[in-house]
Amino acid sequence: MTDSKYFTTTKKGEIFELKAELNSDKKEKKKEAVKKVIASMTVGKDVSALFPDVVNCMQTDNLELKKLVYLYLMNYAKSQPDMAIMAVNTFVKDCEDPNPLIRALAVRTMGCIRVDKITEYLCEPLRKCLKDEDPYVRKTAAVCVAKLHDINAQLVEDQGFLDTLKDLISDSNPMVVANAVAALSEIAESHPSSNLLDLNPQSINKLLTALNECTEWGQIFILDCLANYMPKDDREAQSICERVTPRLSHANSAVVLSAVKVLMKFMEMLSKDLDYYGTLLKKLAPPLVTLLSAEPELQYVALRNINLIVQKRPEILKHEMKVFFVKYNDPIYVKLEKLDIMIRLASQANIAQVLAELKEYATEVDVDFVRKAVRAIGRCAIKVEQSAERCVSTLLDLIQTKVNYVVQEAIVVIKDIFRKYPNKYESVIATLCENLDSLDEPEARAAMIWIVGEYAERIDNADELLESFLEGFHDESTQVQLQLLTAIVKLFLKKPTETQELVQQVLSLATQDSDNPDLRDRGYIYWRLLSTDPVAAKEVVLAEKPLISEETDLIEPTLLDELICYIGTLASVYHKPPSAFVEGGRGVVHKSLPPRTASSESTESPETAPAGVPPGEQPDVIPTQGDLLGDLLNLDLGPPVSGPPLATTSVQMGAVDLLGGGLDSLLVGPAMGGMIGGPNFVAPSAAVPASLGAPISSGLSDLFDLTSGVGTLSGSYVAPKAVWLPAMKAKGLEISGTFTRQVGSISMDLQLTNKALQVMTDFAIQFNRNSFGLAPAAPLQVHAPLSPNQTVEISLPLNTVGSVMKMEPLNNLQVAVKNNIDVFYFSTLYPLHILFVEDGKMDRQMFLATWKDIPNENEAQFQIRDCPLNAEAVSSKLQSSNIFTIAKRNVEGQDMLYQSLKLTNGIWVLAELRIQPGNPSFTLSLKCRAPEVSQYVYQAYETILKN
Amino acid sequence: MIHSLFLINSSGDIFLEKHWKSVVSRSVCDYFFEAQERATEAENVPPVIPTPHHYLLSVYRHKIFFVAVIQTEVPPLFVIEFLHRVVDTFQDYFGVCSEPVIKDNVVVVYEVLEEMLDNGFPLATESNILKELIKPPTILRTVVNTITGSTNVGDQLPTGQLSVVPWRRTGVKYTNNEAYFDVIEEIDAIIDKSGSTVTAEIQGVIDACVKLTGMPDLTLSFMNPRLLDDVSFHPCVRFKRWESERILSFIPPDGNFRLLSYHVSAQNLVAIPVYVKHSISFRDSSSLGRFEITVGPKQTMGKAIEGVTVASQMPRGVLNMSLTPSQGTHTFDPVTKMLSWDVGKINPQKLPSLKGTMSLQAGASKPDENPTINLQFKIQQLAISGLKVNRLDMYGEKYKPFKGIKYMTKAGRFQVRT
Repeated sequence: MTDSKYFTTTKKGEIFELKAELNSDKKEKKKEAVKKVIASMTVGKDVSALFPDVVNCMQTDNLELKKLVYLYLMNYAKSQPDMAIMAVNTFVKDCEDPNPLIRALAVRTMGCIRVDKITEYLCEPLRKCLKDEDPYVRKTAAVCVAKLHDINAQLVEDQGFLDTLKDLISDSNPMVVANAVAALSEIAESHPSSNLLDLNPQSINKLLTALNECTEWGQIFILDCLANYMPKDDREAQSICERVTPRLSHANSAVVLSAVKVLMKFMEMLSKDLDYYGTLLKKLAPPLVTLLSAEPELQYVALRNINLIVQKRPEILKHEMKVFFVKYNDPIYVKLEKLDIMIRLASQANIAQVLAELKEYATEVDVDFVRKAVRAIGRCAIKVEQSAERCVSTLLDLIQTKVNYVVQEAIVVIKDIFRKYPNKYESVIATLCENLDSLDEPEARAAMIWIVGEYAERIDNADELLESFLEGFHDESTQVQLQLLTAIVKLFLKKPTETQELVQQVLSLATQDSDNPDLRDRGYIYWRLLSTDPVAAKEVVLAEKPLISEETDLIEPTLLDELICYIGTLASVYHKPPSAFVEGGRGVVHKSLPPRTASSESTESPETAPAGVPPGEQPDVIPTQGDLLGDLLNLDLGPPVSGPPLATTSVQMGAVDLLGGGLDSLLVGPAMGGMIGGPNFVAPSAAVPASLGAPISSGLSDLFDLTSGVGTLSGSYVAPKAVWLPAMKAKGLEISGTFTRQVGSISMDLQLTNKALQVMTDFAIQFNRNSFGLAPAAPLQVHAPLSPNQTVEISLPLNTVGSVMKMEPLNNLQVAVKNNIDVFYFSTLYPLHILFVEDGKMDRQMFLATWKDIPNENEAQFQIRDCPLNAEAVSSKLQSSNIFTIAKRNVEGQDMLYQSLKLTNGIWVLAELRIQPGNPSFTLSLKCRAPEVSQYVYQAYETILKN
Repeated sequence: MIHSLFLINSSGDIFLEKHWKSVVSRSVCDYFFEAQERATEAENVPPVIPTPHHYLLSVYRHKIFFVAVIQTEVPPLFVIEFLHRVVDTFQDYFGVCSEPVIKDNVVVVYEVLEEMLDNGFPLATESNILKELIKPPTILRTVVNTITGSTNVGDQLPTGQLSVVPWRRTGVKYTNNEAYFDVIEEIDAIIDKSGSTVTAEIQGVIDACVKLTGMPDLTLSFMNPRLLDDVSFHPCVRFKRWESERILSFIPPDGNFRLLSYHVSAQNLVAIPVYVKHSISFRDSSSLGRFEITVGPKQTMGKAIEGVTVASQMPRGVLNMSLTPSQGTHTFDPVTKMLSWDVGKINPQKLPSLKGTMSLQAGASKPDENPTINLQFKIQQLAISGLKVNRLDMYGEKYKPFKGIKYMTKAGRFQVRT
């Protein structure tokens, strides 16, 4: 007597038979027939032809039959909209039923019938149900509003259901509150701009009360909603945290993680000195650990989130390393995540344990896992210096196993270790060379070739080794070919006598027989370099390489901060902001961590300085797999910008332009390649070749499609005239004035007013020595005597060739004006932008180089508040004052403008302006070799932008 | 929220689908099948799979994939928790959760699923509420229903649904009032070659079976509550009292439920009740390997270790094994290379051992990986963490209930590396 009997069919045509049974007079038979229909439906059979017959069974007082018919309706109403109308009457009647279960069922089902025509009939019953005396009906109706909104958003707004829904947030029943919050959140998701969940301290209080009493699912909705609230100060944040912490002990892991999100976010506002801050940190660890004892699917999501938490606040889990140890029967997706977190938590204190584990993992069966474990050993070596030696010997042990993929991975990571600790572990090269023949993966081959080329002087048979690779040159992947080319050139520069033939061979292979433009270009450059000036070539090719930094695969701080706000969501699983993957044109509101309150700002330690980390400080990272090519390529060339060798070379050589051009293409090539091929180009910082530098992270290509900015002739912003010398102080002479800059010339526009009773004549003007050598370019010419109450306007041209003396403040200008009565002195502050010259547009490469080159301590950061312009307007406004936008790129919805300007005395100022759409505050970072001007440049920015 | 649910068996057939919003074509599961193909084993199918328009979140239990389809940003843990809850509910309703059982009860399954979610929002997931709404099938009820034509759908609003104690129904009546609590601890551990502990932790739960009349209010106190610093409670537990007095105070749900689960972390010293002595050696030249393991008790507080089983995945190069156990039975599957040995009870006077030889593929080099030994065991009347219940009191009702506490320690994921 099981339901499987419903699946059996007879010969006669199933539908036909069911139809007969549905129209039977016997209740029991009817019900059995409907059950058969439902059973067919569940396995995906099309039983829509029975629609009228099933709907006919709806008018019944048998609740089970009614529910079954409703189930059917929900599935098929859409395909039979006209027939669905037949059901409306029954629904409306059921909404009046004395049994709340029936009322709720009716309103619930009606909402699920996604037919436009039905929705208008739904409004009245829904309105009643939203105010029903029974909370069960109200909570069902709340969800129904969300359903209706999905079908017809306009209708919901017109009917005022949204307001009713908002009222339900204050309902006395916690379940109703939770469902109202859930419904509103869902509606808000499709209307990011609408201020549906307008949270204030009162409503927050209600939510927190409901939080304690509602079901686990309701708690998730409420917690997620709370996470969007921005407390007004740290005290409010703390009190919310206090009321949320009990949720950490909930058995439902989704509740726990949502609570963690709220706490992680609001913690940002708490001062680190607070006792409570420490308590909270301690409370966060156990629930996170507990999540790892749940089912593997839950573990996976938890681990992805823990990965974020560990990056943001490593102190929470620093003692919990052991729980991330891998069990051999963990699913592979859990293993890989655990491994990742183990490396993030690795420190001097626990490195011995970690290494022992990693070594254990390297002998497991699963190839992917073993590879990652070997790679992890390398990452540990780079991260924890004290362990490097042990890591290297572990890797050597692994190489001895001769397991092919283990050896290859080991060689790839050893290459990175060489770069991190030069001149320390090169003794192992011999061992590596033994395994040359077993390498069949491009990455491992390229790494090995790099090692041979880099240490050619220590490897006796380097030429033989490289020559053996050269035989199959055309069958190698580009990565290996490029590497081989570079390695042989390096070898040649180190041992020129024996290897001349070899280098010629490789150069001709690369330039004549290859279709790959990167390879060809690189070949030509080397060729040109070697033939023009071998000494310079040596300086370029064998230039010292920048060290690679310790932490790898870090998520960019701004992205990390945003992701912290999305803990527990899909975004946190993918480590991408929702805007990167959420369907459709739905705008996504960017979330950001709350700023720490003013009182605690000073105590903030650098490790948590969130958004404010200047781009120049972004850690260089070891590129992963796909980026190797770009990275190595860069290295060989030596960063053209920071390396003085290049500059000298260019001067010495005839073929400067060719080199320049070639350089460009080489630089662009690998960078693009890295971005396209890089497996994790989502985290921009990881994908970009180290020496190209952090300031532009991933946006190289963006950089190159910029607005071509030719200085407009409109001239800089001119401030209204201000009174510089009041009449009282100057025996009746009032001087007001301003500074202008137009088409390259600076002038001081003066307005002289005679407020005395006598005529004034014989005007002359003189400037004291000043910071930028401003001086009148012509004498002050007042043609006619100035009669009482007369005003004359004069434009005095200025130049910047006067004598220089540093003033305090920097833009102070002391002026003496003489007339027939007396000599008067005044001082005024000139806006710095009059000194911004027209040719202040820096070349992009130059910009990158300069930005990198200027030490970080020279960087100054400012906030420009209340400036409602968009990036376009800002850019054009600044341009007219000779601040040139070199590049613009969009990072997570923020516009970053990279700008340059040059002062009359040749000082370059580089700027990075961060504009968030919708936020009138901009962040301006200035870098300049003369940091003392930064503040005045900032003032200039402010004046220009605000007028 | 949750859009649809597909149930897929291990051979890749969709045998049930349920949609809570508009119908999502089952072709969306093709992405799942792709992932399933890529994964070597069913357990390795990633739980979150993106597709161009949807996300598929799945759990794998009882050899069935429960695949939820979502379209918007929804907390994945919420979905996965819910899916596990669905499985638990099926198990609760039908005793087992398997494809034939689900097919046999497809209408009840459908009705239950419909009650669990509304428009993708969870509606009723507490099993006692569900059972009032949709009565679980019993043979008797099926027979009675067929004869009388009555239904298995309740027509009253479940009383617990909106009360402050949604987990308990009103009007509970028993002739024998009893409350049993099982303290069950599982040890998860990794032991290295030399026998020292790499990591060990205890996952503990207190499962309760409470059959008490009326609205009893219980308090449970421990001798050493200090042990419990990382706990997850059933919603019935009053958190405030736990925080201030370290006492569990609650109005229990009716029937079986998990009162709390706790975790004794790796930082505290965890007693390891068994040891495994092993010597597994392959030789490079010979095609024979030697194999010997012995299991013995370690820190058992004088209690007997029972139900011991040893399982180990042998390297691929092992063709066959010829072993003799000193007690129990053993099997070796030459296809999956799985060795399992059902030991039974450990007699400390005569330690169980399994020894013999392994035949290896001739000519092949010795295997790279060392087999890991998986251990299962049970110890009755012992909570290895040392947790002890002090007393259980009942307020709010006048009768005297019968009370009982049972302790048990089991191996969770207990692995010995060789």
